[in-house]
This record gives sequence, structure tokens and C-alpha cells, in this order.
Amino acid sequence: MKTDLSWNRKDLIGIESLSRAEIETIFFAATAFKRAMNADDKKQPYLNGRTVVNLFLEPSTRTRLAFEVAASRLSADTITVTGDASSLTKGESLRDTAQNMAALKADMIIMRHSASGAPNYLSKVVDIPVINAGDGSHSHPTQALLDAFTLLEKFGSLEGKKVTILGDILFSRVARSNMICLQKLGAEVTIAGPSTLVPKGFQAMGVKVCHNLQQALQDADAVMLLRIQHERQASTHFPSLGEYTSMFGLNQKRAEWLKPEAIIMHPGPINRGVEIDSEVADSSRSVILQQVTNGIVVRMAVLHLCHCFHKNIAIELPA
Amino acid sequence: MNNILWISGGRVIDPANQRDAVSDVYAIDGQFVERLTDLQKRTARRVNATGLIVAPGLVDINVHFRDPGQTHKEDIRSGTQAAAAGGFTSVVCMPNTSPVCDNAGTIQRIMDKVAREALIHVYPTGCLTLAMQGAALAPTGQLKQAGAVAVTDNHRCVQSNEIMRRSVEYAKMFDLTIMDHCQDSSLTQGAMMNEGEWSLRLGLMGWPKAAEDIMVARNVILADITQAHIHIQQLSSARSVEILRRAKQRGISITAETSPHHIEFTEAALVDYDTAFKMNPPLRTAADRDALITGLHDGTIDCIATDHAPHTRTEKDSEFDAAPFGIIGLETSLASTLNTLYHSQRLSLSAVVALMTHKSAEICQLPAGTLSTGAAADLCLFDPEQTWTVDPKTFYSKSRNCPWQGRQLKGKVKATFVAGRQIFNGEAITTHAR
Repeated sequence: MKTDLSWNRKDLIGIESLSRAEIETIFFAATAFKRAMNADDKKQPYLNGRTVVNLFLEPSTRTRLAFEVAASRLSADTITVTGDASSLTKGESLRDTAQNMAALKADMIIMRHSASGAPNYLSKVVDIPVINAGDGSHSHPTQALLDAFTLLEKFGSLEGKKVTILGDILFSRVARSNMICLQKLGAEVTIAGPSTLVPKGFQAMGVKVCHNLQQALQDADAVMLLRIQHERQASTHFPSLGEYTSMFGLNQKRAEWLKPEAIIMHPGPINRGVEIDSEVADSSRSVILQQVTNGIVVRMAVLHLCHCFHKNIAIELPA
Repeated sequence: MNNILWISGGRVIDPANQRDAVSDVYAIDGQFVERLTDLQKRTARRVNATGLIVAPGLVDINVHFRDPGQTHKEDIRSGTQAAAAGGFTSVVCMPNTSPVCDNAGTIQRIMDKVAREALIHVYPTGCLTLAMQGAALAPTGQLKQAGAVAVTDNHRCVQSNEIMRRSVEYAKMFDLTIMDHCQDSSLTQGAMMNEGEWSLRLGLMGWPKAAEDIMVARNVILADITQAHIHIQQLSSARSVEILRRAKQRGISITAETSPHHIEFTEAALVDYDTAFKMNPPLRTAADRDALITGLHDGTIDCIATDHAPHTRTEKDSEFDAAPFGIIGLETSLASTLNTLYHSQRLSLSAVVALMTHKSAEICQLPAGTLSTGAAADLCLFDPEQTWTVDPKTFYSKSRNCPWQGRQLKGKVKATFVAGRQIFNGEAITTHAR
């Protein structure tokens, strides 16, 4: 893995524009943070005195908590603004909300938004770093980075590894970001699920599209499950959650189609008994909680790198 | 004292009369005449058009002037100034004003304001159904009596086949054109951009071409069984072009327009979520764009229309999902169309002029688009070779939502005349009243 810490961006908007070298820089920093995380004092000083705003305009538990923890472990002051508590419900525009935060001398905005492309827009409106914590169906870069980081911990390299992403791909920003990130790191990606949620058009992004669950599982080194997103779905895309479970839910029996060493991942929140059965989610194959832990250190790395570039300061890491 | 105009030395292109030659054009008291006497020539206002194209005033049959109701976006004065600066002398306004044009009173109100404030000929349209709700016919005959030249529910395509059928049958009695912006709305709920590779990449809700194709096919069938004329607005899909081509071969009375933006840009323009490229119907693929150009070339598509749709900077300055659909086009239409069709050597200059003049006018039976003797002396003089950089801040339109911003275009309007009077001199509007 690389050792020189070149990083030339203040924002993390998506995976598309990241080079493999930049992704590896994030992982190098995340590894350093992870080593240091086992100490009694978990805090690092790098964002001391800085204010980080978590602008979460769409519901989120895991990602918001992970960013809050990551920022506070870096010694930042964090403020969290959620959708119903913001002035956006009073008709304020995103531009005005963001510019007010910049005027309050926030040093960074982490945003979750229901509209695809909202962070692209925000990064043009404010000068401070913008970190995308998920935008519509478009992108969720830190989730993809932590997933890849988790896979690398397991496999050492992703070169030639086969990863299957199973579930609601059409509405999933996690799936899109993972497709791009995993392929940049050399993995082969198959997406699987019902044909209405996994359209063939995704082949243009270099992935295989498969509607046969057994075929999608049998060669995989890792399978990444996605939640069926009731909140985004047009009601017309598939018959029912029950039908989904019976055709594509990962239960004990279907998990046996996997290679013995294959691992199971899920970005959360899990809907037990829908896309995944409890026995599978809690089995030794599952790295779901490891993903959560890695979500902290990967986000610490992203916040640290973007902050250093923005303030033009040298990147230091824990010993 | 007669008002005599003599445009000399230009290349006169009048496709309706198969005219394309360097010659002179004359008008007396606002009407074209065949020649001037020597005496008349001595008192004429002579305009030297050497090196310029002398064309009929341009015609756009799909514009939004937002008047009444949303005059912060545009009004009849600013809209007609923008049109004049773009070489247009006749436009047809869509009825989705506030209130909407589903009653003769609103049409009359527009006609009154046009008489006071318009620089060019403005023709209103009426709604096809009451309140544009698609449920009950608007008073079509009264709308025509008040001045409507067509009926349409514009962006709210009538979903009920029964209502559409009856309105077509009914409007035929008045010889009134029906315009339809074809879209099966059950296929486009929440849609933001063309459904395809880019909608998948960008995570924006896809807008399938089938939504348009299905309604185009419906309209072909209804035009056939009713023997009435239906005009398709803002065609964007290759399959729709093919459906129309076959319908026309069978002699069905159906016409269509497409826009300068649909023949120039593709869905890839949305890569950075620029709301200046958000419009309805959405930009499609390169294959669709090429099919539209072929359709213009072989006559399947009859004309170019901008769907000039002003929106405020504030509305467009937002996340992509939140921005309204639509772009302005009157001040760039000629240059962008010349770039796409003429400078690329796909169509002749005369063919391009035809698509923006008499062929547009014929669809709504407007007295416009030709240099015929006796016609209103509406003219557009332009230099097809002059390049300029688009700067919406200099536009006469009140709005700035223009995807050509910052682009260099080739082809510049140098003068616009309405009924023999100059209203634009290539730099500025030169009059404030008709």
C-alpha cells in the first residue's frame, strides 16, 4: 500500500472522480487511525478548535452517528442539524442555509440530502469543505470507502475478487458508489435482484447484471446486501416485501450456495427477515459490525485529509 | 406620406416562394410590394443588406411569456423584446398563464396587453381542457373567437383518450389546431432526466422515451380516425420520429416541432447537475438527437420551436430535483439552430430558414413567414458567419436560464422589422411601441 500522502481536494462529493491513489491515501490514513483507536484516549488533536456541521436533511442514524463520532475523535466541535429542525422547512434555500453556516465560521459541512447532486451544488455555493454523507440515489462515498476498507482487511487485495451486490440497486446510492469504488480497486462486481430494481442499463458501468440468485452467489467472495428502500420506491417496482423475501432474501439455505470463505456485508439498517435472516446476519460470515467500526476511521481519514488540504497544512497521522 | 422600405443587396431567402438569390426587397406602408417606382425609391428608407441574409421574420409557435400571473419571469413587453432581438416577428404563447387561458376573458386580456405593449405579433393559445385538468373541454369556440390560434394543455398532456378524441373532433369544426406535448404521465412520475445510462449514473429518476412514444402513437390514431390536425410539441425521441414518419406516409394530418436544444445537446450535459439543462421533455441520447435532425431533413418534423420557458435565477439556483423544468431560447434560437443544422453542413440555409418561418406559421395558419407580395413586411436580417459569445446578462428576457451561456455561436441577427418598421438593429431594441 502507498505511503506518500498526496491529497488535493477539499470536498468529497463522489467516488467517480477519485483516483486509485487517492482511495489508497484514505485507507493509509484510516489504518493509522484504526491502530490508534485501541488506546485509552481515543482522541486525536487534528481538528481541535474546528467546528464541523452535520447537515442531515434526510433521516439517518448510522451515518450521522459515525460522522459525529469521527469528528469528535478528531477533537472537533460538532453541530448536528436535521431536516425538520432546519429553516429549510420554513422555505429557506439550501444556498442560504449553507452560507449561514459558513458565516457562523463552520469549518466543514457534512451533508445528507434526498436530492441527487445536492452536494455538487453545495460545493459551488460555499468555500469550506463539503463531505457527502449520501445524496438521493446518487452517491454515498464514505460508505463505499468503508466497505472497500473492510474487504481489504479481509482479503489483502481486491484484485480479481468477486463481489455481488444484492437488492434494490436502482434506488441505492450505496450500490452505485460501491460499483465504482470496487472496480477501481480491481474487483469484479455483479449486481443482482429483481429485474425492475436491477436494470440491464447498469452494464454500462462495467458490472454484470444477474437475476438468478444462485448464480449471483455461488462465485462471490463477498456479498453485499441492500435494504429495500420503501421511502424511495415507486410502489410499482415489485409486488411486495414478502415476494422479495421469498425470491431474493438471504436465508440459511441460500447462504450455503456461497463459497465457505465468502463474507456477508450490509450497510445497515438491516431489515431482519426481509433481505437477510437473523441467522445469516449474526453468523461468523457476517462482517456487518466490523463495517460500522471501520466507518469511524475511514470518515476520520476523509475529514482529516480534506481539512488539511483546505487549510493548506501538512498531513500528520498518529504514530 | 407613404412609409417606404428598400432592403438592398442582401441574399434574399424566402423558402415559401422558392426564392434564394441576391436581390432587393421592398415594402410600402408595412406590406411587401414587388417593386418600387423611381420616385418611391428616392423617398424610401434604404437599408444596405450586403453580406447579410434577408429572411422573413422568424416564427416560434411555442413560447411562454408568463403574462398574466408570473410577470417577474417575463411579460409581454420583455418577451417580445427578447423575440425581436432573436429575429422573431411572430410567436404563439402557451396558455399556462395564471389564471390559465381556459376562458375568453383571459385571452382578451392578453390581446389587450399585446395591443399596448407587444413589439411583434403575439398569438395566444387556449387551454384544451378546463383549468388544464384534463377532465372537461374548455370553451374552444369562444377561445377561438377571442383570438386563440390553437388549443393545448401544453406540459399537462391530456391523459384521457376520450377527452383527447372529443376535443380533436370538436376543434376540427372550428378549423383550430390542437397541440399536444406528448407524455404518458403514469410513466414519468418524479422523473428528472432521460431514462438511460446517465440517469443510472447520476441517480436521477429516469424519464422513459416510451412516455412520449405512446402518446405520439395515440395522437396518430386519433388524427386518423377524426381526420383532424394534431400538432406534436417538443418531439425528443427517435421512435416518435419513426412513428410520425410512417403516419405522414399514410397521409395522416399530423405535424411536429422539435427544439434547438434537443437537436444540439444530449443527456450527458447533465453530468454536473446543471439546472440550465433541466427541461421537459428531457435531453435524450445522441441517437435520438441524430434521429431528430434526420426528421427535420426529410420533412417528418415540420419546424423548430424553442419552448422559451423563463424561470427566475432563484428558482434555478437549487438542487437539481427542486429546480423547475424549462429554459429560455428566443435570443439564441437562430444561432444555435444554424450551428447544429447549417454550419455542420446538414441542411441548407434555405431549409433552416423554412423550419423557422413559413413552416412554423402554416401549422397555426398564421399570416407570417413569407416575403410574399401583400404580406406584412416582417423581416429578419442576419449574418450567418458572425460569431458571438452568449451572455444572458445582455438578454432582453427577464430570465437567465440559458444552457448556451458562455458558448460561442455563429450567426447573428443584425436587424428585425415588423410591418416595415425596424424594431431591432443588431445591438439594441430601437422602439418601444409597435
